[in-house]
Amino acid sequence: MPKRSDIQSVLVIGSGPIVIGQAAEFDYSGTQACRVLKAEGLRVILINSNPATIMTDPEIADATYVEPITPEFVEKIIAKERPDALLPTLGGQTALNTAISMHEQGVLEKYGVELIGANVEAIHKGEDRDLFKGVVAAVHARIGHGESARSVICHSMDEVLAGVDTLGGYPVVVRPSFTMGGAGSGFAHDEEELRRIAGQGLTLSPTTEVLLEESILGWKEYELELMRDRHDNVVVVCSIENFDPMGVHTGDSITVAPAMTLTDREYQTLRDVGIAIIREVGVDTGGCNIQFAVNPVDGRIIVIEMNPRVSRSSALASKATGFPIAKIAARLAVGYTLDEIPNDITEKTPASFEPTLDYVVVKVPRFAFEKFPAADATLTTTMKSVGEAMAIGRNFPEALNKALRSLEKKGSAFDFTAAPGDRAALLAKAQVPTDGRINTVMAAIRAGAGPEEVYEATKIDPWFVDQLFLIKETADEIAAAGELGPQILADAKRLGFSDAQIAGIRGLGEDVVREVRHALGIRPVYKTVDTCAAEFAARTPYFYSSYDEENEVAPRSKPAVIILGSGPNRIGQGIEFDYSCVHASFALSQAGFETVMVNCNPETVSTDYDTSDRLYFEPLTLEDVLEIVHAEQQAGPVAGVLVQLGGQTPLGLAQALKDNGVPIAGTSPEAIDLAEERGAFGRVLAEAGLPAPKYGTAFSFDEAKTIAAEIGYPVMVRPSYVLGGRGMEIVYDEASLAGYLTRHAGLISEHPVLIDRFLDDAIEIDVDALYDGHELYLGGVMEHIEEAGIHSGDSACALPPITLGGYDIKRLRASTEAIARGVGVRGLINIQFAMAGDILYVLEANPRASRTVPFTSKATAVPLAKAAARISLGATVAELRAEGMLPATGDGGTLPLDAPISVKEAVMPWSRFRDAAGQGVDTVLGPEMRSTGEVMGIDTVFGTAYAKSQSGAYGALPTKGRAFVSVANRDKRSMIFPARELVAHGFELLATSGTAEVLRRNGINATVVRKHSEGEGPHGEKTIVQLIHDGQVDLIVNTPYGTGGRLDGYDIRTAAITRAIPCLTTVQALAAAVQGIEAMSRGDVGVRSLQEHAEHLTAARAE
Amino acid sequence: MTTSTRGTAKVPAVLVLEDGRSFRGRAYGAVGETFGEAVFSTGMTGYQETLTDPSYHRQVVVMTAPHIGNTGVNDEDPESQRIWVSGFVVRDPARIPSNWRSVRSLDDELVAQRVVGISGIDTRALTRHLRERGAMRVGIFSGEALPDEGTMLAKVRQTPEMQGADLSAEVATKEPYVVPAIGTKKFTVAAIDLGIKGMTPHRMAERGIEVHVLPATATAEDVYAVGPDGVFFSNGPGDPSTADHPVSVMRSVLERRTPLFGICFGNQILGRALGFGTYKLKYGHRGINQPVQDRTTGKVEVTAHNHGFAVDAPLDSVSDTPYGRAEVSHVCLNDNVVEGLHLLDQPAFSVQYHPEAAAGPHDAAYLFDRFVSLMEGQRA
Repeated sequence: MPKRSDIQSVLVIGSGPIVIGQAAEFDYSGTQACRVLKAEGLRVILINSNPATIMTDPEIADATYVEPITPEFVEKIIAKERPDALLPTLGGQTALNTAISMHEQGVLEKYGVELIGANVEAIHKGEDRDLFKGVVAAVHARIGHGESARSVICHSMDEVLAGVDTLGGYPVVVRPSFTMGGAGSGFAHDEEELRRIAGQGLTLSPTTEVLLEESILGWKEYELELMRDRHDNVVVVCSIENFDPMGVHTGDSITVAPAMTLTDREYQTLRDVGIAIIREVGVDTGGCNIQFAVNPVDGRIIVIEMNPRVSRSSALASKATGFPIAKIAARLAVGYTLDEIPNDITEKTPASFEPTLDYVVVKVPRFAFEKFPAADATLTTTMKSVGEAMAIGRNFPEALNKALRSLEKKGSAFDFTAAPGDRAALLAKAQVPTDGRINTVMAAIRAGAGPEEVYEATKIDPWFVDQLFLIKETADEIAAAGELGPQILADAKRLGFSDAQIAGIRGLGEDVVREVRHALGIRPVYKTVDTCAAEFAARTPYFYSSYDEENEVAPRSKPAVIILGSGPNRIGQGIEFDYSCVHASFALSQAGFETVMVNCNPETVSTDYDTSDRLYFEPLTLEDVLEIVHAEQQAGPVAGVLVQLGGQTPLGLAQALKDNGVPIAGTSPEAIDLAEERGAFGRVLAEAGLPAPKYGTAFSFDEAKTIAAEIGYPVMVRPSYVLGGRGMEIVYDEASLAGYLTRHAGLISEHPVLIDRFLDDAIEIDVDALYDGHELYLGGVMEHIEEAGIHSGDSACALPPITLGGYDIKRLRASTEAIARGVGVRGLINIQFAMAGDILYVLEANPRASRTVPFTSKATAVPLAKAAARISLGATVAELRAEGMLPATGDGGTLPLDAPISVKEAVMPWSRFRDAAGQGVDTVLGPEMRSTGEVMGIDTVFGTAYAKSQSGAYGALPTKGRAFVSVANRDKRSMIFPARELVAHGFELLATSGTAEVLRRNGINATVVRKHSEGEGPHGEKTIVQLIHDGQVDLIVNTPYGTGGRLDGYDIRTAAITRAIPCLTTVQALAAAVQGIEAMSRGDVGVRSLQEHAEHLTAARAE
Repeated sequence: MTTSTRGTAKVPAVLVLEDGRSFRGRAYGAVGETFGEAVFSTGMTGYQETLTDPSYHRQVVVMTAPHIGNTGVNDEDPESQRIWVSGFVVRDPARIPSNWRSVRSLDDELVAQRVVGISGIDTRALTRHLRERGAMRVGIFSGEALPDEGTMLAKVRQTPEMQGADLSAEVATKEPYVVPAIGTKKFTVAAIDLGIKGMTPHRMAERGIEVHVLPATATAEDVYAVGPDGVFFSNGPGDPSTADHPVSVMRSVLERRTPLFGICFGNQILGRALGFGTYKLKYGHRGINQPVQDRTTGKVEVTAHNHGFAVDAPLDSVSDTPYGRAEVSHVCLNDNVVEGLHLLDQPAFSVQYHPEAAAGPHDAAYLFDRFVSLMEGQRA
């Protein structure tokens, strides 16, 4: 069936900010889909509040709305654009929920918009647990296979408690309905746990519904990715087997594709059940993901759940197989059938087949528990990982070892050198799934645990356990070998051992192992991911390395630029860096280079085989990158390796690559080092006559003590060479300094600790700029809403700056230029300044793409990363101005007066984490970055832009109701005016006694409420925490007191998170919020596409 | 569960192709030498079914999936009484089996059935070679002392080619046997065993058919002696151009207008009986992911294939044959190879692929229902 002719325009809903459980994979999927739809000649209208995405690039859709993804804003867009159809299956749970709510409110009907890709009934059948159970029962009746875990649906705590008896007792699984990434679900082993988990689940579920289920802990877990077209053709794109058995969310499990431990009969049964389910649910054009549990004792199959949409797993399956699920889903949604769509990779065969793999894919999750020390690190059915790495090998051990080293985290790769520890203790530890359990298992094996013991402790399938034994036995052989001969080396490399691991075992240097290996001619070859196990020739150079015989990298004549990506997403290094890498690839390809992307993050656009001319899905370690450079140098000329766009990961490799003779494009490794090394950077500043806060570098506590005393407390301390403020803290006295150094001994062992004067009450400013050696292009100046001291990644900011004048910009430009020149930048530089009093201090400079590049680019309608890539390869600012990539005149510091205001707001993952006692983790912002993503609000004035950013990030600011105010003493002065404004807008103020007193003295009435610590009053007067839980508070302002561990406001803030009530933790945010509330109360908040904004800006620039 | 490294794990082995390319690896299964036609199979599951499929007689099968043997061997999944492949090529054999139905390891099974294999070679390079150069003769040599390459190559080149090979009689049953209907018996079918897989009579039995499996040498009289409601021609090894006897039996069946169904080799025999030619594909279809379109409904099914030969029939026109009009009913969407034939004027059809699956998806199981309706139609 050909394309439908009745759809001319389609609205695509994106997934919004990156949060745990909903990450970059939706940018990958959404970008693919938008491109395909556009190529089909449809007008594509997109809404996504996340500026750090490729999909919100103005060229991907025809009209791109960076607006909050709420029914209210989607309706405004529909009213303006009048699309024929709405495609809700590509933006995760956010898009699906928004679309369902639009349908229920009758908005779709009102405007005659057809839901495509999934119908409402199918979405309900797939997502509603009760309906889905019916689906599984119907399937069982028809084909005799598949069943649901025994379960009961509950809507209240009483029903929950009764439900446990029905199921035959503990443990039970609790799953709230309609939450994404399994938020709020978990195992309850007793009533106390049950009350906690189910209580939270009832709250989190938009339908106040949780499911209690029999425990299938320890069963084998599988996933199938299916696609169906309107002609009822169904294909299974990929099977995935979880290394970690049931009990760990699949997003937090190590997963393997294809399934490794099923016979054909068992696999075909899963396939039959899967196909019957997609038909029964009625997903008629698109994809779905179905999860199964299989009893290892008798093969009983339980269908766990299905997602009637593109998902994290479907992105993984696409990367694992070369079958682009989202792209094909988009085509199916507009009417094509699978047999009408060609397989991109072979070009000659159709998409109506099932990919077959001649390699093994392993995905490992990356966690960020180090950022949330209070959080419970046990893995459960609630997803907690913030990113993932994927690796491809010709066997499981090779793929596993590559994946583990791709995590780029100390201790993630197997260690065979340190003493393993006590066998029994390790086995006991391995029983509880945690981040790094696989390393514990390996240690247990090294400590003498037998395979049966490992299986008993972990329920990891014996075949996988044996593969770990194979790795361990090979490590023993490496250790025992008389010399590092060709056979043992080849065997080790074939199982994925890195040079560093072999070096560790042999007590050699990594470079020595590499030299021996090269001398023996043992090098990897590169194989192609081709969907068909070599049955047909592949046209798409999507490579992975293996220590096998035949290399498939073809010779080329154009000079290549190798772009190093940013690896697994983590807090501090996320999708923003992928954005810059992808832009570099586009720009350099257009400039005549052959672009070669290296990355190991399956969620990203950079690892779409469509993005670059060649893709190497490989770990970003020195060894792996050197081998790729070698392979590409054998294939043709290499112009350079681009390291400045992928964040700290490639930057950290720059010097070693250069030392190995690899040409680095753009800013030199020496210049990078100059900016990182405080002493050298201090001299650059001194030469340019720029003030920096007093600082020092210390290698010991004694040094640190002296430096801190000299600077004067409070001081900001942090390890050097880290991104995202890892380990950064404000320290108020010597005792805390000593404590800090003890706590961070691990981080500091390799690099010195930096100590800076902490500037109280300073305005923090971020600048992104381009420098070509002669001319500076000031990309944009961002003014932070929160004061200095809160990590720039976690604070909101406005562009253009809202309170800086022309003179300030002039100073910023001059300072930026002096630093860029002094450091020797060729490409991008990001500088953080602090304005305290009237002095502009330089906080730090990073000669690389920053987290804010996509935001700056979108706010100013100038592609900074593209320009940086070009400058790195020799173009000048003047040339890029002439080409039109940069504006002919002016820059981001000279935006027209009526330029739109863009506000970036960070999104925090608080709701995902609980401490060991099940309490929420505190939500106070600090110098260490903890946000997972960001949104952008754009409008003509600051207030509206800020209000939009809040709606996009956390939910709309209230325009009336009750506001609770409780601030630290130092904030009490700055609170008066915004508080008065709130009252003027009709808010009733609630305050604890101290704050209420200050307000009353200033003539502002506030109702006194009881503190949490005071408990309920004699006449049943509720505490503020109870009021919040009862939904009687609409806005919370709570700034933290002091710096102790468990702060007074902790219960208030965690209650706010649980109830999803806006909670402002700085007075600056309060002031901004008041402007936002004011803007919204005026009503008439409009929507405008990025294309319209750009047109407006371009016209204004030309004037 | 043991993790002992097997005795043969470090014994050297060499695979030598008739065009002179060779691969060095380690012995797998029995140690010794073996010869056959090198073909690759892309299925990621179902090695047990593949090994025991009689159609693989005299073929050395290269598995493109790297990990083989993970689920061991059980006694329910074999498609015949023995392993038929003449050699087995895998990259990473399992050291231990893991599955609740497994009763022994694949390695042990290969040794017990004296199947010579090789492991640890670049199976993808070998597959690409076969794709580009076509299926060809091959030898696997394993043992501590191996002959020099020239000697091995000469031995490979002395072995017979697949083209022109008449192999059905070597794999088919010598004596007729009956597979009883499951539940109420509705029909009797005479199935000519040209290398039949165990799942095929089972799929018929599930539909109330009593299946009389007859040797490849069965005559038309033998067929009609069982009083069949329908006649079935099975899959099997070898070159269809040599299958003169089954073709003549099929013509008798067509003349009597008895409902007829053929699979794989049976499809090629129907092709020949109708007057079409057959030809050898460059490297064949062997896998469980092949998209076949049913041209009567337009629907695509994902199917199991194992064929090196195909029928040469016009795709887009109806052909006149001695038995009335015939047309191509199924086509492989990857390469437009004829995957099914049916007669418009009498109850006979066949497919080149494997609706019985085993291994493979069950998408095409409806064809057995079609056979049942033909028999019902004849009866009505």
